[in-house]
Amino acid sequence: MQKVSFYPVADHALLVQLGPEISDALTAQVLRLDRAIAANPPLGLRETVPAFVNLLAEFDPLVTDHQEMEAAIRSLFDAEVGPAPKGTEREVLVCYEDDLAPDLDAVSKATDMSPEAVINMHLSGRYQVGMYGFAPGYAYLSGVPTALQVPRKPAAIRDISAGSVVIAGPQCLVMTLTMPTGWCIIGRSPTEILRSDPDKPFLFDVGDSVKFRRVGRSAYDNLTKGRET
Amino acid sequence: MTDAVLRVSFAGPLVTYQDAGRVGQMRFGVPASGPMDRLSHAAANTALGNAPDCTAVEISVGGLSLECISGALSLGVAGGHFKVNRAEEGIGAWSVFALQKGDKLTIRAGSKGSWAYLAFAGTVNAPKWLDHTATHSASGFGGGALLAGSTIRVSDTNIREERHGDIERPSFLPPKDRVRVVRGPQDRFFTDTLIETFFSAQYTLTGSFDRMGVRLSGPKLEVGGALSIPSEPITRGSVQVAGNGIPTVLLADHQTTGGYPKIATVISDDIDNVSQMRANDRLSFVEISPQDAVQEIRKSATDRALYLAKIAEPKGTLGQRLMQENLISGAIANDTTP
Repeated sequence: MQKVSFYPVADHALLVQLGPEISDALTAQVLRLDRAIAANPPLGLRETVPAFVNLLAEFDPLVTDHQEMEAAIRSLFDAEVGPAPKGTEREVLVCYEDDLAPDLDAVSKATDMSPEAVINMHLSGRYQVGMYGFAPGYAYLSGVPTALQVPRKPAAIRDISAGSVVIAGPQCLVMTLTMPTGWCIIGRSPTEILRSDPDKPFLFDVGDSVKFRRVGRSAYDNLTKGRET
Repeated sequence: MTDAVLRVSFAGPLVTYQDAGRVGQMRFGVPASGPMDRLSHAAANTALGNAPDCTAVEISVGGLSLECISGALSLGVAGGHFKVNRAEEGIGAWSVFALQKGDKLTIRAGSKGSWAYLAFAGTVNAPKWLDHTATHSASGFGGGALLAGSTIRVSDTNIREERHGDIERPSFLPPKDRVRVVRGPQDRFFTDTLIETFFSAQYTLTGSFDRMGVRLSGPKLEVGGALSIPSEPITRGSVQVAGNGIPTVLLADHQTTGGYPKIATVISDDIDNVSQMRANDRLSFVEISPQDAVQEIRKSATDRALYLAKIAEPKGTLGQRLMQENLISGAIANDTTP
């Protein structure tokens, strides 16, 4: 394991940072550590939150502390863990038209491509579910093609519609709720990620791969008819 | 088995059902939610004789008015200094009382506090999401928000006369306006000057204040080049600084990850205090080491446990209280009789 940093978070958590830059290899290491912790949970652990380059370990400060948690997690670095579960390929529909894609023009300017070329490049990506984060069902997909990578906005914009397909840097996601975002909105998806099925409330599992498929405005409208927004 | 139905005639924004929250779902982007002020929520339930994590209604400064349209039950109210009116009569902001069919109850913002809790002697029938009634406000998942016309249905109700009366308030809470934080986890993105500014400045809570977080106004903490750090986990209490240099304190319905740097994190005891503040209130941040933070939390956990144990004791009915006094004076008389 390369150089690992531990950062205390308030009285009740420890951030375990495995490296500085997002890469598939690093995320795989985070998920491997997450599985090792799940198999041998340290005393006082409440939950872990795996992300791309780090993992948050939330603990009960009445039972343990940052130092004990760090020692317990260090001891799991070389633990034997099973292989990563094999992901499923998921298809997500997306409409890139008009008011559903308010930042498409800005992204086209920033990347020096036509809007149509931006769309084709987005469709050409092979995405992987790296983690959930931010809000319920927000699955962060890695794999935005390099030429399409744009920075996030300096501040989040409020009330962006659920279903918006947004990009920032190498990441893409489909928003599940109407909420603020600082990412660029290039389309909107009628595919439901957040489901009412209590046995599978979230469409993706971490490790799944995702392909986007383009739909026109009328197909989008038909698919979302009668749905609350 | 008796039931009660309460009909809401008015509810401000962000009046929601909350149990103690759902732990363990942050890996799906789901924060714990639950009460903004966890001790007051537990106090309203405990003084009423409920388990501390029972479903209660969290009332914002927008307020709540309701009428009992069938049945009767005892209720507990606690949190902040709200104005509570039952059947046209003012009662304690922290109290346990009965509501009978036809009685109206109004809870409105008072002199202080942003959140009050209304607990029920019985089982509240509120929808669950991922096993809890705690409402995630941005999605409405969980028990959900109460609106004018909503009904609150409570089953297996009872009147707990032996618990009626004022609830003692906690006396051990840390000062609200000096908020203890542990530095980081992304303080490395800030210059020493900005860190110094953060710890020496006064910040004011703005009106951008909901269950997700509260934006502050005060000196800006602009960082260059940190805008593209990978999205990473966030917790309740994170002080996140957006690209424009404006800090936001994240609260019960916080986002679970974010790509803006977190300069510091408020410790668990103090974050509920921040939640009870109001727009235009001022605060400053005081640094505490992680080791000291854990020690402080352990100390205050004892205070909280003793406090809840004390208010959990029934006061007894008037008859019982008189009887107790007679027995005591009788026993004393016996002891002193030669």
